[in-house]
Amino acid sequence: MEIILSVAIGVLTASGVYLLLRPRTYQVIIGLSLLSYAVNLFIFGMGRLRVNAPPVLEPGGVGDLSRYTDPVPQALVLTAIVIGFAMTALFLVVLLASRGFTGTDHVDGREQRHD
Amino acid sequence: MTNWVHHLLILPILLPLMVGAAMIPIDERNRMLKGVMGFVSTLALFILSMVLMRIASLDGAPAGSGVYQLGNWPAPFGIVLVLDRLSALMLCLTSGLALAAQAYSIARWHTAGHHFHSLVQLLIAGLNGSFLTGDLFNLFVFFEMMLAASYGLLLHGSGPLRVKAGLHYVAINLAASSLFLIGVSLIYGATGTLNMADLSMKLATLSPDDRQMVEVGAGVLGVAFLVKAGMWPLSFWLPTAYSAATPPVAAVFAILTKVGIYVILRLSLLVFGASAGASAGFGQPILLLGGLLTIAFGAIGVLASQAMGRLAAYSVLVSSGTLLAAIGLGHPSMIAGALFYLVSSTLTISAFFLLIELVERGRDAGADVLAVTMEAYGDADEDEEEEVVGAAIPGTMAILGLCFCLCALLLAGLPPLSGFVAKFAILGGLFGLSGAEATPAISAADWTYVTLLIVSGLAAMIAMNRVGIRTFWASIENTVPRVVVIEITPVVVLLATCIYLSVQAGPTMRYMQATADSLLNPAGYAERVLTAPRAGGQ
Repeated sequence: MEIILSVAIGVLTASGVYLLLRPRTYQVIIGLSLLSYAVNLFIFGMGRLRVNAPPVLEPGGVGDLSRYTDPVPQALVLTAIVIGFAMTALFLVVLLASRGFTGTDHVDGREQRHD
Repeated sequence: MTNWVHHLLILPILLPLMVGAAMIPIDERNRMLKGVMGFVSTLALFILSMVLMRIASLDGAPAGSGVYQLGNWPAPFGIVLVLDRLSALMLCLTSGLALAAQAYSIARWHTAGHHFHSLVQLLIAGLNGSFLTGDLFNLFVFFEMMLAASYGLLLHGSGPLRVKAGLHYVAINLAASSLFLIGVSLIYGATGTLNMADLSMKLATLSPDDRQMVEVGAGVLGVAFLVKAGMWPLSFWLPTAYSAATPPVAAVFAILTKVGIYVILRLSLLVFGASAGASAGFGQPILLLGGLLTIAFGAIGVLASQAMGRLAAYSVLVSSGTLLAAIGLGHPSMIAGALFYLVSSTLTISAFFLLIELVERGRDAGADVLAVTMEAYGDADEDEEEEVVGAAIPGTMAILGLCFCLCALLLAGLPPLSGFVAKFAILGGLFGLSGAEATPAISAADWTYVTLLIVSGLAAMIAMNRVGIRTFWASIENTVPRVVVIEITPVVVLLATCIYLSVQAGPTMRYMQATADSLLNPAGYAERVLTAPRAGGQ
């Protein structure tokens, strides 16, 4: 499972960084989204991978740490998802404004000359 | 310490948050009402931060004062807000700058777009939260809050130029936020804590493997803050973004780079201080090298700038570089001077950003392109009357010229103003002039720093002279700009604060020295946070 998760994070990060460096605003926003997915998975992984272990104590049960997974990274991921979502929405607005002003989706607001 | 005094600590976050939210439903036509609300709120914050500064500098305060446990959970488990001299100082600076910018915007600039005053309040809430929090992840949340407000503010006034600069600004900050999260989670993965005080205690006891992971995490985290602070290879977005922003926004943005500096200063002294064992002084060579390169880059940029806006933006970089390199040199005796420089340079640059627009307004009528686009894309129902509100000042050019001279002196660091005092204090600390400790050996890095610091002052002087002569003496059009009282007052007040700082340099330096001493005692900070009693006496 560690291999699958690390490959997933690696692929997401690599594609995210590649797209981030592309000249189109749409590619940049998709790149940033992929990057934020990778980061969220990474935060999740930092709480160590556990299968079939709940992050919350069961009522009445004794708090035996070996039966539970670390709840903090899960809380962090939730926060990061919400913030990342809001920021992506905000970026989308700027992207549309830029498209409206310049008539192009190039990140510099004008096409590069190919000569 | 009575209970209500304790709760003052949360107010710098709650008050602007609530005022900012309350303003949103108010119709945009009631701009004056919003402006007054925002101004009063920030004024209250300014007074509050003065009170907090006074509380923070009380010696022998009872245990747990200045530590606010959110949700009444004790420190390593819950999130805490921590007040110390440094955070109180930054709170004061933030509300001071915001006050000036808001007063300035009431004359004209807040009509350029929607929700200006709400965004300023939210920005203040984010900034104050970042300065007060004692928890790394909470810092991320406040940081994002501040950034979200700053995106809105940068786009205030709209226009192709601002949208383009805003696009780059948002993209680079989103990427930096990803790095922030990676760094925080690495640190959590290795130490199991996000509380800064707890982290500083745990670092010395970690196994070498875990320590390496913390260092990697801190490095990644550092990059995120260095982007914000504008260290050289990460700073190419800054001049464009800052010079594209509307003047009151740029004036508030002067403190945003200082947030990066603040966090780096706090973390490097708290977590990687002398008590950190093998990790002590982590990252200092990078900070030093980056800082020196930033000063050089900023100074070249200052010399090369044609427009005053870019000149001011590059001055921001020089200021950042000076501070980063001062942290990187790692001489404890320099911290107090660096803090003085932080305050003085932030006030100066902020005043300069406000002044630029006033000066350039008269310089040539065609250049007011931003204002034209502002009218094209802003509200169509604006009257000419509302463009510039209030009485015009007499002797405009004389006052503007005087303010410009003061800015030049402060930026270049010439006597007798606080720019000089600050640089002198930094160099005095470096050469051991304070006499408190034995003179440290002066290394090659120190000499490079001294040289760059002085050359950057010279560069600022040359550039300001050139711009000043071109604007005030060799102006072709000779049109006198119409400047109203409420616009020039913030500039004068900010500059007067700098003059006050130079007159009161002794008491100010004593405060800075006390701040530096408490920063250099991470164990004291950690103990204060971790042993704070819960409210309700348990």
